Amino acid sequence: MPQTSEHIERHTLSVLVDNEPGVLARVIGLFSGRGYNIDSLTVSEVSQEGHLSRITIVTAGTPMVIEQIKNQLDRLVPVHRVRDLTAEATSLERELAMVKVRGVGEARVEALRLAEAFRARVIDATRESFVFEITGKSDKIDQFAYLMETVGLVEVARTGVVAISRGPQAM
Amino acid sequence: MTKEMTGAEMVIQAFLDQGVEHIFGYPGGAVLPIYDALFHNNAIEHILVRHEQAAAHAAEGYARSSGKVGVLLVTSGPGATNAVTGLADALMDSIPLVCISGQVATHLIGNDAFQECDTVGITRPCTKHNYLVRDVNDLARVLHEAFYVAQNGRPGPVVVDIPKDVQFATGTYIGRDNIQHKTYRPKLDAEAEKIAAAVDLIASAKKPIFYTGGGVINSGPEASRLLREFARLTGVPVTSTLMGLGAFPAANRQWLGMLGMHGTYEANLAMHDCDVMVCIGARFDDRITGRLDAFSPGSTKIHIDIDPSSINKNVKVDLPIVGDCGRVLGALVDAWKGRGLKIDQGALDAWWGQIDRWRGRNCLAYRYSDTIIKPQYAIQRLYEATKDKDVYITTEVGQHQMWAAQFFHFEEPNRWLTSGGLGTMGYGLPAAIGAQKAHPGSLVVDIAGEASIQMNMQEMSTAVQFDLPVKVFILNNKYMGMVRQWQELLHGGRYSHSYSETLPDFVKLAEAYGGVGIRCDKPGDLDAAIQEMINVRKPVIFDCIVDQQENCFPMIPSGRAHNEMLLSDSAEDLDSAITDEGKMLV
Ligand SMILES: Cc1ncc(C[n+]2csc(CCOP(=O)(O)OP(=O)(O)O)c2C)c(N)n1
Ligand SMILES: [Mg+2]
Repeated sequence: MPQTSEHIERHTLSVLVDNEPGVLARVIGLFSGRGYNIDSLTVSEVSQEGHLSRITIVTAGTPMVIEQIKNQLDRLVPVHRVRDLTAEATSLERELAMVKVRGVGEARVEALRLAEAFRARVIDATRESFVFEITGKSDKIDQFAYLMETVGLVEVARTGVVAISRGPQAM
Repeated sequence: MTKEMTGAEMVIQAFLDQGVEHIFGYPGGAVLPIYDALFHNNAIEHILVRHEQAAAHAAEGYARSSGKVGVLLVTSGPGATNAVTGLADALMDSIPLVCISGQVATHLIGNDAFQECDTVGITRPCTKHNYLVRDVNDLARVLHEAFYVAQNGRPGPVVVDIPKDVQFATGTYIGRDNIQHKTYRPKLDAEAEKIAAAVDLIASAKKPIFYTGGGVINSGPEASRLLREFARLTGVPVTSTLMGLGAFPAANRQWLGMLGMHGTYEANLAMHDCDVMVCIGARFDDRITGRLDAFSPGSTKIHIDIDPSSINKNVKVDLPIVGDCGRVLGALVDAWKGRGLKIDQGALDAWWGQIDRWRGRNCLAYRYSDTIIKPQYAIQRLYEATKDKDVYITTEVGQHQMWAAQFFHFEEPNRWLTSGGLGTMGYGLPAAIGAQKAHPGSLVVDIAGEASIQMNMQEMSTAVQFDLPVKVFILNNKYMGMVRQWQELLHGGRYSHSYSETLPDFVKLAEAYGGVGIRCDKPGDLDAAIQEMINVRKPVIFDCIVDQQENCFPMIPSGRAHNEMLLSDSAEDLDSAITDEGKMLV
């Protein structure tokens, strides 16, 4: 498409869907079938009585593509609502990660010092390793994991982004 | 109404409650309980096709010619996979279908059981929505929802996959009145400000055009009526996509013919030069726009569509209006009349003057021959012989389809059934069978190519069994003509595998099926032969031997702009017609 000259934006979308079989496959199939990006995707049930799940998707594209993504999502039959948290108002974004670090001696001390600075908690420890739990914006987690590399990073597990708008209104 | 019954009985009961009179299907192990329930029923007629793809296309032909939902019934595994092409076709062309498929019993799902396939997984991207029903007590709701989803909003195919144990199980049936989909509520009416802004733009236009599509037809006959009224009130020229032919009468002076890759010179140049474009129920598809960055560069664009995702997909528009074409056209007519608006008549006259000069190029002209039948001539004669009759036209895919669109003229909606979005060879004969079932007394003709017709040839047998006197009018050029034309354009005339070798004798073939075969290869014999075809009350295959070399013009080569169209007299430049970039496009 000739629109590629337009700049790429990153958007966080909240999608409220019926919690029925196949709904996640529908959403993912839409992204792969139409060639859209998924930078992050999280999903969980948010209302048991209402059988509703909330999907948070971080995606990237030109403004025209982002608009397409929202409209394409909205047109899926089990989708109740689509909100663009990046476009609409100020919103909060958080991600949780578990970071495993291995090391002895000075490296252990350094790991704990970094954890303290990033307000990460120790949730598992052995004589030669730690698992930290850290919550925050994605770039904070990126930075934490990056710094841990020099100390002895083993692996990282991340939830992906969840997001919600500020203020009293629901999505 | 609530009642205890089996799942299989619920399927039949839901059909009855939804007003279904005809279904197209093919039996198999996983749908036998439903076939058993059909056995006891006289209100619904089942048309046994010879291939499940044909069941889907027949249901499409039925739906498009009647405005009702088309219904098909197939078995699990190969039954469902065979139907996939038809489902994808219906999705692309926004045709309302409900497809009931059998599935292996719930406890076997996932075990690679005999004739198991992941039907909802396979059909997810080629349906509007689909369901796997695991509990018989959900079945009635799902069935009614399926009909609701198929026909509301932008129409499309819906699959309901029913495991065999659910068909046998007994549960509670609820009637359609108790069902409304939880969330799916398409927006039908436009905001008043948008209507006001649209009529203001049209009233101030100097070179306006209405560009209409299949959405006008899908919206129902009232939308076509309102389009005519709005065009009459404003005097604006009208063109249409392949899908929209018939919504505006071809005999009307304001009709410019079809636009797009094989559209008329006047329609495409008017699109290119217009200052206000009103797109009504069309989607700026690549066959229409040509090179996107050169598409109608100077115009202000209004886009009316029921599907918000069609808006700003390919072309950025200035005034998007989300709503049903018929309702929006109604609001536009009311606003125009209510405010007593008038278009700038002087400017409009000048615009028509320009359009008439373009028309003067006579872009559909071809060289007549009295020794060999030109395909365009064959369509013209077919049109002349049938235009005063109650006629429905279906097509296959290829040059013949484009010539049919150019040379057969439609005065009413729902008369022209062609595979536009997916371009499915093999569509025409089963679609004709569906249309004939919906309109038993009408003349239904499939304008075919000798290659396409062989893709669902077996349906002649269906036509004969159910006494459906469809006419297959083959423009036999012994080539996959459209492929040959592209090879001529893009690949130095190297006709790789596009010659139709070892063709069957279509006359004998028709007779073998129990139909009637007619062959004609002389222009002078054509009228009488067509008359003979029309007069037979049986399925007919008409083998019309035409010029093998003819190409379809005008043509906007891929990657070119509307004003870079090729006309037949410029055919010598074909080699240089396509840029390297254009060769990448289909
Ligand atoms: C199922 C399918 N396969 C392949 C194609 C690609 N294709 C488009 S037109 C065409 C040739 C059609 O030949 P014929 O039916 O003889 O029509 P003609 O162009 O000669 O009028 C082919 C192969 C298609 N549209 N559909
Ligand atoms: Mg051919």
